[in-house]
Amino acid sequence: MNILVCVKQVPDTTEIKINPVTNTLIRQGVPSIVNPFDTYALELAVRLKEKNGGEITVVSMGPDQAIAALKECLSVGADKAYLITDRAFGGSDTLATSRVLAAVYKKLGPFDIVFCGKQAIDGDTGQVGPEMAEHLKLTQISNISELEIQDCKVRAQKEFEEGYEIVEAQLPTIVTVTKTPYEPRYSTIKSKLAANRTTVEKITIADLDIEAEKVGLKGSPTKVKKTFTPQAKGGGVVISEDSGMASAKKLCALLVTDKIV
Amino acid sequence: MENYLLMNEDQKELVAMLRNILQKELAPIVEEYDEKGEYPMQAHKVLCEAGFNTVAIPEKYGGLGLDNQTIALLNEEIGKVDAGFGCSFSFSSGGIKTVLLAGTDQQKQYYADRILNGGISCTCITEAEAGSDAAAIRTTAVKDGDDYILNGTKAFISNGPIADTFTVLAITDKEKGTRGMSIFIVEKDRGVKVGKKENKMGIRMSPTSEVVFEDVRVPAANLVGAEGEGFKIFMKSLARSRPLVMAFAVGIAQQALDLSVAYAKERKTFGKPIISNQGVSFMLADMEMQIQAARNLIQYAARCVDAGVDLTSASASAKTIASEVAMKVTTDAVQIFGGYGYSKEYPVEKLMRDAKIFSIFEGTNQIQKLILGGYLSKK
Repeated sequence: MNILVCVKQVPDTTEIKINPVTNTLIRQGVPSIVNPFDTYALELAVRLKEKNGGEITVVSMGPDQAIAALKECLSVGADKAYLITDRAFGGSDTLATSRVLAAVYKKLGPFDIVFCGKQAIDGDTGQVGPEMAEHLKLTQISNISELEIQDCKVRAQKEFEEGYEIVEAQLPTIVTVTKTPYEPRYSTIKSKLAANRTTVEKITIADLDIEAEKVGLKGSPTKVKKTFTPQAKGGGVVISEDSGMASAKKLCALLVTDKIV
Repeated sequence: MENYLLMNEDQKELVAMLRNILQKELAPIVEEYDEKGEYPMQAHKVLCEAGFNTVAIPEKYGGLGLDNQTIALLNEEIGKVDAGFGCSFSFSSGGIKTVLLAGTDQQKQYYADRILNGGISCTCITEAEAGSDAAAIRTTAVKDGDDYILNGTKAFISNGPIADTFTVLAITDKEKGTRGMSIFIVEKDRGVKVGKKENKMGIRMSPTSEVVFEDVRVPAANLVGAEGEGFKIFMKSLARSRPLVMAFAVGIAQQALDLSVAYAKERKTFGKPIISNQGVSFMLADMEMQIQAARNLIQYAARCVDAGVDLTSASASAKTIASEVAMKVTTDAVQIFGGYGYSKEYPVEKLMRDAKIFSIFEGTNQIQKLILGGYLSKK
């Protein structure tokens, strides 16, 4: 099987701080990690490879420091890694990012299956995986916790708040992965040292069949206007009378007093 | 920021990797397992799967063959979380050390294979009447055809209750004193029994017990080196492993200091954090200096081991200094925490309990001074 895994390097959000003046993340001194949902995605991919054979290519779109995240992925079972990096990609929103990753898929493919984490813990949009599927006209199953491949089809457990569905899709497909029932594996000392010695190849805009207007700030229809920590709200007024009718009457009286109704 | 600023890239990666595993697999269960006095096999297995139990086994025999300076840094990292676990984890492969020094190729591969396949080793020298005076052991190994039959009881044996492979010092010729002692590899299923388990003050995750040999028969192929060489081989091996074991003590001390600094910044007396009092900040500064000195002495001793130079001074010095630093730093840490330091609800009392053993095992500090005094007088 030819497997592609898309990962993102994100700040370790247990320590997130926002600059109150610029409204941006303070990244300096904040440790970076592989997006946790991407680690579950990679673990599922490695288990699939162990069962069905094949090769895993892992890619990440980001600056040079994302190479550390890619090497981490190599140390836990990925076979090849590429850093997708170019000034032209800077400022990309999810749509622009998904276009770039779709172009990477076409360049490095064909792939039988693409794994993404269900969302990045810094952006939290959950959009890139499904957008990739749309660009590439592939089937997609999002929010899965388990899967197997049978006769060129994937059967995946798609999680909901209320339970789960078993969904089948024709390969090639894109899946986005939520928390799996098992933790991602640790690297071994051997695999860690070997991964560190690997040179990660870079892919730039020149290597891809993509227009400059479709990526970066120019290619991003959405823009982040402000990032802020919401002010903690006060407790509010608690209305708790003996009966529902009494509580409703009290609420009405308050609303009338405040000229809201 | 790391405490040791001269790590190479591999060391930084391995320390970070180990730290990550320990935070997830060991740190959350320290209090519980220290209370129970049990060795957490689950954490042991995770570290073995990552290869940490093979760091001291040469690549030729399937291990990772890391250098001793790196192993010392890794040991310190484990020591920060739980030195008892660290000691037992280290000893779980440490039984191979005398075999690596004096065994045949076949014996080395045999022992390495047992560890690589998940085996746990332990080293059996000490007896009830023979600690510092190791020459006073009474366990015998009597030749019987192509075998030896072992009889005796070893005491205070780390990993006694959990080991399956024992490296044992026994008397093969009583007339010759220390020159009549030999080393044997003894597999548990030859009839080795575990005796009384110790209920210890500290390093409680490291299981310690008597190990009993009653007519235990081992083939002559299990003799390591020649008959009569055992005492000398063990003394050489212990000098090499001492600095690495003391790295756990440095870990204890570093953890005690880190906790003390954090506490001193938060705890207020008379309207200000206690760290702003020189009485406290000077104590912390002393602790920092002592730890740096101990760590670097261990790095020096580890480097001497790798270089194959004379270890007498480096090993004895590193052992004594590191253990004394751990005791002083943890005692001061409890002092800085005040009443809370004395309570089991706070982590520093455990560090102080753990620190004490390092002046006692691996050759008491008094023995180290005996060794060094003798060495200097012959210079």
